[in-house]
Amino acid sequence: MAAPQLPGADFRHHTLVVLVENKAGVLARVSGLFARRGYNIYSLAVAPTDDERFSRITIVVDVESASLEQITKQLFKLVNVVKISELDPRDAVERELMLATVRADPTGRSQVIELVGLFDGRIVDVGHDELTVSLDGEPGRLDDLEDLLRPYGIVELQRTGRVALPKLDRLAPNLRPVRHTA
Amino acid sequence: MQLNGGQALIKSLEMEGVEVMFGLPGGAILPVYDPIIDSPIRHILVRHEQGAGHMAEGFAHATGRPGVCMVTSGPAATNVVTPLCDAFMDSVPIVCITGQVPFAAIGTDAFQECDTVGITRSVTKHNELITLAQDIPLMVRQAFHLATTGRPGPVLIDIPKDIVDPQNPRSAMEWYWPSDDDVAASLPGYRPTTRGHPKMIRQAADLIVQARRPVIYAGGGILKARAAEALRELAELCDIHVVTTLMARGAFPDDHPLCLGMPGMHGNYTAVTSMQQSDLLIALGSRFDDRVTGKVDGFAPDAKVIHVDVDPAELGKVRRPDVPIVGDCRLVIEELVTAVRTLLDGGAAFPDRSAWNQTISGWQESYPLTYQQSEPGEALKPQFVLERLRDNTPDDTIVAAGVGQHQMWASQYWRFNHPYTWVNSGGLGTMGFSVPAAIGAKVGRPDRTVWAVDGDGCFQMTAQELVTATAERIPVKVAILNNAYLGMVRQWQEMFYDERYSEVYLSPDLPDYKLWAEAMGCVGMRVESPDEVDAAIQKANEIDDRPVVIDFRTDSREKVYPMVPAGKSNDDIIVDPSQGEGGR
Repeated sequence: MAAPQLPGADFRHHTLVVLVENKAGVLARVSGLFARRGYNIYSLAVAPTDDERFSRITIVVDVESASLEQITKQLFKLVNVVKISELDPRDAVERELMLATVRADPTGRSQVIELVGLFDGRIVDVGHDELTVSLDGEPGRLDDLEDLLRPYGIVELQRTGRVALPKLDRLAPNLRPVRHTA
Repeated sequence: MQLNGGQALIKSLEMEGVEVMFGLPGGAILPVYDPIIDSPIRHILVRHEQGAGHMAEGFAHATGRPGVCMVTSGPAATNVVTPLCDAFMDSVPIVCITGQVPFAAIGTDAFQECDTVGITRSVTKHNELITLAQDIPLMVRQAFHLATTGRPGPVLIDIPKDIVDPQNPRSAMEWYWPSDDDVAASLPGYRPTTRGHPKMIRQAADLIVQARRPVIYAGGGILKARAAEALRELAELCDIHVVTTLMARGAFPDDHPLCLGMPGMHGNYTAVTSMQQSDLLIALGSRFDDRVTGKVDGFAPDAKVIHVDVDPAELGKVRRPDVPIVGDCRLVIEELVTAVRTLLDGGAAFPDRSAWNQTISGWQESYPLTYQQSEPGEALKPQFVLERLRDNTPDDTIVAAGVGQHQMWASQYWRFNHPYTWVNSGGLGTMGFSVPAAIGAKVGRPDRTVWAVDGDGCFQMTAQELVTATAERIPVKVAILNNAYLGMVRQWQEMFYDERYSEVYLSPDLPDYKLWAEAMGCVGMRVESPDEVDAAIQKANEIDDRPVVIDFRTDSREKVYPMVPAGKSNDDIIVDPSQGEGGR
């Protein structure tokens, strides 16, 4: 199920999935390299993998600041970087999580709840005049809900960096040539 | 065998074959200095930590083996940042050990604490804070492995005091020595490519055999890969001229008929122009530095490019190569030689390149390096001093330069006929490099004559290390080309800032270099006229029990030519005024 792409918005951005040794200071090495070489990070998420020796850093890079090839090569020179995969947003499943506290006095509250429900989000905390809502999904969908919530008054908003995995090939291997003729 | 961390560190260095190290003790590194008393490793006590770093570099430049320096925490660690960055820019293998405050005190702003690993992260190939005494042998092996393989570079190990202090239980460790496999397994992300891709090698050989105006653009990677012999074989087999960059002087003998000398901002006309007009640049261990390419858009516009480098990030960083080859220069050149031979054996032949060769010799005749001899009573010409020094010293003399005009003249006027005879700071351009680097080189190659060619500005930055040289009986010789100015800056102000000289005058006799040298235990001399030059050099060459410093009073108006102004195309090269207008 292909979620709608934000028109044009994501093509400046590329996702690098960087497998690194799970050691102190590795994130600083990676982010320091971006700073030192003048590359821009759009978003960044990091967590240990299923193998505790390694962490996975998902970096969305602004490829207008430098060629992706040069960024990748420089990253790979870091001794603690084990593997780098490039993901074109069109070939990747991307997810992000958003937490937002929204003004919702008794008159507006039901509208906010309805909106969040339409997006399959959840209300995770309820205050006097505010609601905290949570939504995970395609970054574009998060943008949409954020836009729709703004008129009610966003008190605080926090988004994680995005994480991504490559899309799976749905064709059986012996059918692969068909795709090229299509 | 139970050891404490300090003993384990020194024993690890011994196991790595370290014979000499440069350093200066202090609080946090104190426990490591105790086992040095019982170690066969020679420790050279420097007067400033920057000197230790540059000495380690000079040692590595001259010997090809990793240089080792060791200093304490805080200000000592910050003092080695310049040499680390210098070594990083020029891919010099050094291992630097810094003391650190005890592990429990890290982050508390303890006395002489600084974030050494954080500060040096961007100027080292790798650095590591060791947290357990038990890890020391593995970390030391990793450091030497990383410093010397792939693209060489500086590696720093930061050692908290508690893990080396025998008074502290955290310093106890059980000795072991990791195997190659252990080291490889501990570095899962480090696998440098050494062999060239066979398909790329074949493509490169095809281009080489077809080229009509090929030039080999040899860089420092030739020396790092110990590929000088292989380079010579390739050049002679294919009859292709070779330019040697500032970092590659000596990688191909200057007296070889195919050698064109140094290209770049102050390269000679033929080296610069042959690259500009070539149809194939064979870049071997070079990195298209801005000082070589001039304006990148205008650089060698008609040339296809074969680019060989052990660092994949260099391929396509500045100029997109037609044939990129990642690999060790020596191995790849040997593979190229084999591939070209195969083509020739299969009936391929080089095109007629006689017109190109004639063009090149025409440039060499029309635009040799030149300068005007001084009139009687005038100050010495720096180029003259260098020519006399060159002709009055053994052919395999090691020359270490600082940074500036004197460095360019030394690179231009010396004849480097052997690899590893030229020690200089190319990428970072570190003034003050030459005296400590010469000392390091002399320690590594005591059999050679070692001359530091220095400027008066540079000399004042690190001259104190001559005290080290005297105390440790390291008889280096220093030729100061004393023009009383920060000469290169003066040249730019003259040429590009309407002769408005801002903060560049130093004075010829403040300090009094002869007296200063003598105060440091050296023999000091002053030379002011051309007829004294040879005698002074010969006298210096005869002194072998202490350092010698000669203060050559040179002409401050002299400029380095040719010159490609910054940001201009190499086509806009300015030759010596006596040669009129250069260019195509």
